[in-house]
Amino acid sequence: MAIDIYKINPEFRDIMPKEIIDLEENATWAQNQEKPRGIKELPETKEILEEHSLCAGCPEAAALRYVLSALPKPEETIIVNSTGCTSLMFPHIALHTVHSLFGNQNAVATGIRRVLDWRFPDTEKDVVVLAGDGATVDIGLDYTLQSFFRQENITTICFDNEVYANTGGQESGATPKGQVFKMAPTGKKFEKVKMWELAVTSGCHYSMNMTASAPKSVAKAVREAILVAREIGPTFLNIYTPCILEIGLSANEGLGEMKDQDKDRFASFKHVSPEAEEFLKKCKAEGKL
Amino acid sequence: MSRITDMTDTHNWSGQKLVTADHMLFDAPREKHFMTGSEVLKEAIKRCTVDASVSYPITPQSEAAHLIGELWAEGYVGTYFRGENEFGVMSEVAGCAMAGARTVTTTSGPGTLRAMENFPQWSGTRIPCQLVLMARGINSPLTIQPDNLEVSFMLETGCMIWYAENVQELFDMSIAAFIVAEKPDVHVPIVTVVDGFFVSHTRESVMLPADDIALFPYEPYKSPLPPIDSETPPGRFLRDPFVMKSNYISYATHASWQWEVRSAVERSRPYAEHFLNGLVHTTGNEDATIAFVTCGTASHQAKEAQRDLEKQGIKTKVIKLRTIRPFPTKELLAALDGVTDVFVPEFNVVGWLEKEVKTALYNKHSAAIVGGPRVAGGMSMPSEAIQKEVFEHINGKGA
Repeated sequence: MAIDIYKINPEFRDIMPKEIIDLEENATWAQNQEKPRGIKELPETKEILEEHSLCAGCPEAAALRYVLSALPKPEETIIVNSTGCTSLMFPHIALHTVHSLFGNQNAVATGIRRVLDWRFPDTEKDVVVLAGDGATVDIGLDYTLQSFFRQENITTICFDNEVYANTGGQESGATPKGQVFKMAPTGKKFEKVKMWELAVTSGCHYSMNMTASAPKSVAKAVREAILVAREIGPTFLNIYTPCILEIGLSANEGLGEMKDQDKDRFASFKHVSPEAEEFLKKCKAEGKL
Repeated sequence: MSRITDMTDTHNWSGQKLVTADHMLFDAPREKHFMTGSEVLKEAIKRCTVDASVSYPITPQSEAAHLIGELWAEGYVGTYFRGENEFGVMSEVAGCAMAGARTVTTTSGPGTLRAMENFPQWSGTRIPCQLVLMARGINSPLTIQPDNLEVSFMLETGCMIWYAENVQELFDMSIAAFIVAEKPDVHVPIVTVVDGFFVSHTRESVMLPADDIALFPYEPYKSPLPPIDSETPPGRFLRDPFVMKSNYISYATHASWQWEVRSAVERSRPYAEHFLNGLVHTTGNEDATIAFVTCGTASHQAKEAQRDLEKQGIKTKVIKLRTIRPFPTKELLAALDGVTDVFVPEFNVVGWLEKEVKTALYNKHSAAIVGGPRVAGGMSMPSEAIQKEVFEHINGKGA
């Protein structure tokens, strides 16, 4: 079915909002592409994210745009979300998305993955989890790791802002040690959880820790992670998207913060399993990357 | 293992001939078997063209979950795996059903509470999955005994709740449950309850149709909410995500949706009446002024008490409720015509069924309602205990 579902019934065309018509005519669907989609098209094409309702200058909104621009096959992609700031953006995404509960995102994604494999054995469909650090590292840790253990063909992306932002700035497992936040009034007592390392130990074939400071790098990681998940096994991306509000920065200071952290807590970490490495070489040779 | 692409217009992927629920439940010839509730659930699922099942061990439902796994290995069930715990399992079930699968799972007692956050989420997303709940006590102290306290926690989740008395009813109800839950104007989850051990582990004679027939598959594109499979246009462009906005849209959306979920449960009544042969079953002396209102195996014990009391010249009747959600108020009132004293025997400490009955009858019926006998923690409820309750009450009234 794929791209056909975005074609507007001619009978209703005259009453369709412009953004829906744009979506049909000018969005970068994989099926219409000669070469892989990418962030270069963002200025000229209709984005899969219509708008967002996050704070002005929120790096998370920018990162989501990079992620969506890099999906290898958006018309066959399902994104599972969790509670938090990201859930504010999900209603604006022109794909099948799910918001279920707080923390169960990898379990819901597992159910969807298993059934898509069963119902559509001959169609490549991608399942991507996108959730914050509270959902991934704290309340949903069990379900995240278990989906890695089970080798589910899912890509898990954590937008790590190191804080429970949407509930007003409480310490999370991803908060660095010593940071004063609500619920940690004297500073956090233990180290930041290195989820990208847990992902490797738990069986992910591709795991990265990075910031969203370089759009191209984010897009490349997303694309590689999804292709590996499709063919080989679970993949994980931990992407720093600071909550400028909670760390006292202005709307124009998010990028600088991410660049600073490129050299510190989010210094690039990349693990690719030998199988995944071989597969990615093959993808590159075939022009899929 | 099978492939869904092996399915034809007339046969499912495991080669069973596709039939309607009416044929399966009413017309197909049946043969006598002797099996436990767990075994009979396997036989029911085998005949239901089930796409997906997720399992997790907890006594007393584990055997039923194993047997569904065997069905997957034998090619009858599309996909099956063990989840990490009940919260994970019920979330996985949600994912399976959202993606368009006819989905079944099983749990018991503490597992129900561990998974609890998922059940209103199930009904809120209008998935028609089936949970077979083999009721058991809730800790603490640790118990595995038959007690149905967890059902009280399920009452306001927006799921339909049916209650089977015995092995035969479990077979028939668990088949009908898929069909009613999947009706486009209903399309909410269904919880089919039996009392653990008393039904799950007790071998009884049961009449089953042949296993070379099975229900037509679930049709996800008739769902009131599109399945999450990238095959239909996605909803989008909510400029104000209603969930997070304290505005009129948020209130209105939540209010209307919550009413709609409950209305959907109400709309299941005619279908349930058809497939269950009525929402209540009455046995005993029709003109009795004493009635036992029951569900599950308490019905069986009440029927024994009814027979024992009749030998002593006391006329009673047993009104067995087969659905708890929707609650069969109209049918209960009709069955209580002429009744002056109602007893509600229960296998739990809180008396949730007594509260349900009292709520339904308040200002509608003048009968005295006695919540008892009430046993808990898996204690047995012999006929004598029920008779004692009746005698104490009647004598207390100076009869």
